[in-house]
Amino acid sequence: MDARTSILPLELSGVSFTAGGQRLIKDISATFEAGPRTIIVGPNGAGKSLFLRLCHGLIKPDAGQVLWNGGGDATPHQAMVFQRPVMLRRSAAANVDYALHLKGLPRNERRELVAEALARTGLSRFARSPARVLSFGEQQRLALARTWALNPQVLFLDEPTASLDPAATHSVEEIISAFHDAGTKIVMTTHDLGQARRLGDEVLFIYRGRILERAPVDRFFTAPENDLAQAFIKGELLWWRRGEGAEENEDREEGE
Amino acid sequence: MTDIGNAFIQAFELVVGLDPDLAEIVLLSLKVSLLAVFLATAIGLPLGAAVALFRFPGRGGVIVLLNALMGLPPVVVGLVVYLTLSRAGPLGVFGLLFTPTAMIIAQVLLVTPIIAALTRQVIEDLWSEYEEQLRSLGAGPARAVPALLWDGRYTLLTTVLAGFGRASAEVGAVMMVGGNIDHVTRVMTTAIALEVSKGDLALALGLGVILIVLSGTVNAAAFMLKEAAIRKHG
Ligand SMILES: Nc1ncnc2c1ncn2[C@@H]1O[C@H](COP(=O)(O)OP(=O)(O)OP(=O)(O)O)[C@@H](O)[C@H]1O
Ligand SMILES: [Mg+2]
Repeated sequence: MDARTSILPLELSGVSFTAGGQRLIKDISATFEAGPRTIIVGPNGAGKSLFLRLCHGLIKPDAGQVLWNGGGDATPHQAMVFQRPVMLRRSAAANVDYALHLKGLPRNERRELVAEALARTGLSRFARSPARVLSFGEQQRLALARTWALNPQVLFLDEPTASLDPAATHSVEEIISAFHDAGTKIVMTTHDLGQARRLGDEVLFIYRGRILERAPVDRFFTAPENDLAQAFIKGELLWWRRGEGAEENEDREEGE
Repeated sequence: MTDIGNAFIQAFELVVGLDPDLAEIVLLSLKVSLLAVFLATAIGLPLGAAVALFRFPGRGGVIVLLNALMGLPPVVVGLVVYLTLSRAGPLGVFGLLFTPTAMIIAQVLLVTPIIAALTRQVIEDLWSEYEEQLRSLGAGPARAVPALLWDGRYTLLTTVLAGFGRASAEVGAVMMVGGNIDHVTRVMTTAIALEVSKGDLALALGLGVILIVLSGTVNAAAFMLKEAAIRKHG
């Protein structure tokens, strides 16, 4: 993206995260390059949200490292859209403006960026409405507008269309595509496998805190290598396998 | 019956006629309580926000203390201020006992814990709602303070109004440290107490009506603020 030095690749090495006495993310190593859109799938509680928050820097791993382009502070150049939009008690435009204010932009530069971001997300007519009375879908678009104004190099999205209707989902997907076209690296979780196909270039399958498969989107959906990934895309529940081969490692580890 | 009826009529005349004695008492009351609430806000707001947002040793103790101080009996506060300001007390040299300043000090002590404790609750709730989003946007708790205060503005204002309510209705502490001296430290509550004991019901009733109107207005304002906030921001 433009002349800035890139914060990518993002490199995780041996990342683990423990909470409440449980290892929730287990020794994950992965590299993310600029370009391909990464879609993260996996059952509820697999650790997808934790994984995004570790990448984004909201939580710190208790083992391993999260490195942006070999080190350095990437915070200003990456953004995250949460499953539930969090809006301040002020107007839609002021919410976008506040994000730019935190980034340190002077007021006169902010105005134009705010207007552009709202226009991009089709929210111009809501500019002066209090953000929190907007519908859920509108608030999610506003979250994307806020992010658009920040012009990040990397955007993490945690189930951005969960509980949106088809039309709202469509417009959110279009905005995500616009980010991609503008050169922003997309890393997104979803439970909507159709959406994974539509938006993804590669798929990352997380199960019980581990990455079990990472493959280009076509191959993931046609010929996944991991048997749990196969079961997952066929919509079969995964818990019935408890105690079988694939699980043995897990159980031993959790007993640590 | 006619005595009380007469008292009402006289009270009405005092209020409508802006009786100078009555006006003086009302003005002093307002001056003392407003100043006390102003100071208590200046102390309690940052204190409450700090306790809400920062982790430090003894934080739990501070929270318990603030909550306990909220219910502090005014006479105890009066006693403490009295002992501190009396001639033999640590601050006796300033000669503040039986002055409006002493009453302001007592009211600040009464109101600050209320404002601090409620502010802590408001700010802590907001922060737990906003934390991840604000951190993601690059703001830790310190940078978030202005936004949190602004977003809590309606609730915080009701908090301040509650503080004003407590300050202006309080009688025990200001009686002890102010002494209820005519033209010097006589405020509405202490005047009512005195006039009733003297049997001058007219002045007491007049002041009582004003006090009720005042606290009614404050409560109505608080209620309307809250409603407006809910309507506007959900
Ligand atoms: N702070 C925490 N303390 C204890 N356990 C936690 C904590 N945060 C998350 N967990 C647990 O970690 C696991 C992974 O959570 P995570 O939110 O990452 O799942 P997910 O893959 O995003 O699931 P979903 O698809 O339901 O959103 C869950 O079992 C959750 O209960
Ligand atoms: Mg999740």
